[in-house]
Amino acid sequence: MFDIPINWSAVWITLRLATITTLVLLLLSTPLAWWLAHTKCWCKSTIEAVVSLPLVLPPTVLGFYLLITLSPNGPIGNLWQSLTGGHLAFTFSGLVIGSVIFSLPFAVHPLQNAFVAMGQRPLEVAATLRASPLDRFFTVAVPLARPGFLTAATLSFAHTVGEFGLVLMIGGSIPGKTQVLSIAIYEHVEMVEFQQAHILSGGMLLFSFIILVTLYSINKRLY
Amino acid sequence: MKSMILRYLHAYLIGGLGTVFALSMASVSAEDLHIAVAANFTKPIKQLKQVFEGNSKHRVIISFGATGQLYTQIKHGAPFDLFLAADMKRPKMLVDDGMAVAESLLTYAVGKLVLWSPQALDLQANVLRLGKFNHLAIAHPKMAPYGTAAKQVLEKLELWQTLQGKIVRGNNVSQAYQFTATGNAELGFIALSQYKAIQGNSRGSHWIVPEQMYDPIQQGAVLLKKGQNNPLAKAFLAFLKSPLARQMIEELGYVEPNLS
Repeated sequence: MFDIPINWSAVWITLRLATITTLVLLLLSTPLAWWLAHTKCWCKSTIEAVVSLPLVLPPTVLGFYLLITLSPNGPIGNLWQSLTGGHLAFTFSGLVIGSVIFSLPFAVHPLQNAFVAMGQRPLEVAATLRASPLDRFFTVAVPLARPGFLTAATLSFAHTVGEFGLVLMIGGSIPGKTQVLSIAIYEHVEMVEFQQAHILSGGMLLFSFIILVTLYSINKRLY
Repeated sequence: MKSMILRYLHAYLIGGLGTVFALSMASVSAEDLHIAVAANFTKPIKQLKQVFEGNSKHRVIISFGATGQLYTQIKHGAPFDLFLAADMKRPKMLVDDGMAVAESLLTYAVGKLVLWSPQALDLQANVLRLGKFNHLAIAHPKMAPYGTAAKQVLEKLELWQTLQGKIVRGNNVSQAYQFTATGNAELGFIALSQYKAIQGNSRGSHWIVPEQMYDPIQQGAVLLKKGQNNPLAKAFLAFLKSPLARQMIEELGYVEPNLS
């Protein structure tokens, strides 16, 4: 069993994609979740629905529309091409964009819930002690919402690792660039190379399990 | 009190069993035929099904999929009578596995490879050599026969290594077509049957690759163990060999296989 080649390139691409997606998502979702937790705008439910859309949309639908919008003939692809001269489909950047959209609700929801659960009280108290809004956010809100951040990060990471339908549609399965683990496993099964499929799948299962166990034990300790 | 509960329970039980029984009777009217078909043959098989069913009460139930997936499913007991694959390899593997009848193996269609672009270019092998494009879409050479053929053509033109940075691989030939049709790849190697199905104004330009540049894409059909005693299954295989069926298949972009 040990002389069967393991597709380490796919493992590496998957880990890179999940990490970068998670970082981008945390950066984008924190202000969004904060706003959603505190706004009284009439548009709140619409925005929440749009954010939650990737939850109910089949990944292949998302991938299909991305394929059309990211194409050089489409508006976004055109803009990207004039800015960078490159393409979006079949590239790692395209996958990051797709993954960010796909995992957005998994990052926003836990953060929003954590901000809401915290309530206004701690922030009010900090304000009476003359803390500025930014100071209040970083020294009071963020630490209190730490379980939310942890959940958001872990869910986004795990969800991106498991991505398949989306990458299938816009990836192009380029080894070293867009061939992620789930695609590699699928291709092994398709070519009846079951041993390699077993190894990669087993590895993924073990990895996901370890991540989840870690998350739950840390969360327990934080409370 | 207890007897009343028991009586209600009894009634529900009989009612439930009766419904299940009635439903199962309703779904098996005349004998049905279950076929597993490679996705690239979707359009022809639907037309063939209509002609075959004609006015009879028999139903032909078709499941589409990637040839490799269908092979794995059949190997693990999927209830099909016939398998129409995109190559000869997988049906032969099923025969070797003991899941299919060896004598029934036949080539039902021969596919043709086409280099296509939705743009109006002067499409010949030269376009590939000049390399003035960003992406060339092909089906995955290891998973799809049209991909294997595309790779053979590029190797014949001694361009396989040079173009590695520009080649994107679709899951199957349908995906190669999608990548090209949406403009993400400027060129793509697709099936002639797909090219023929394109509506007028998006036809673009194409090059029908000379047959000697790749191994023939022979699509094989085989009778599966489950369908051994199904008269419809044998009738359908015979129908596939008939002149009418062959003509329909050829019109949709395949080549007539010249063996029986």
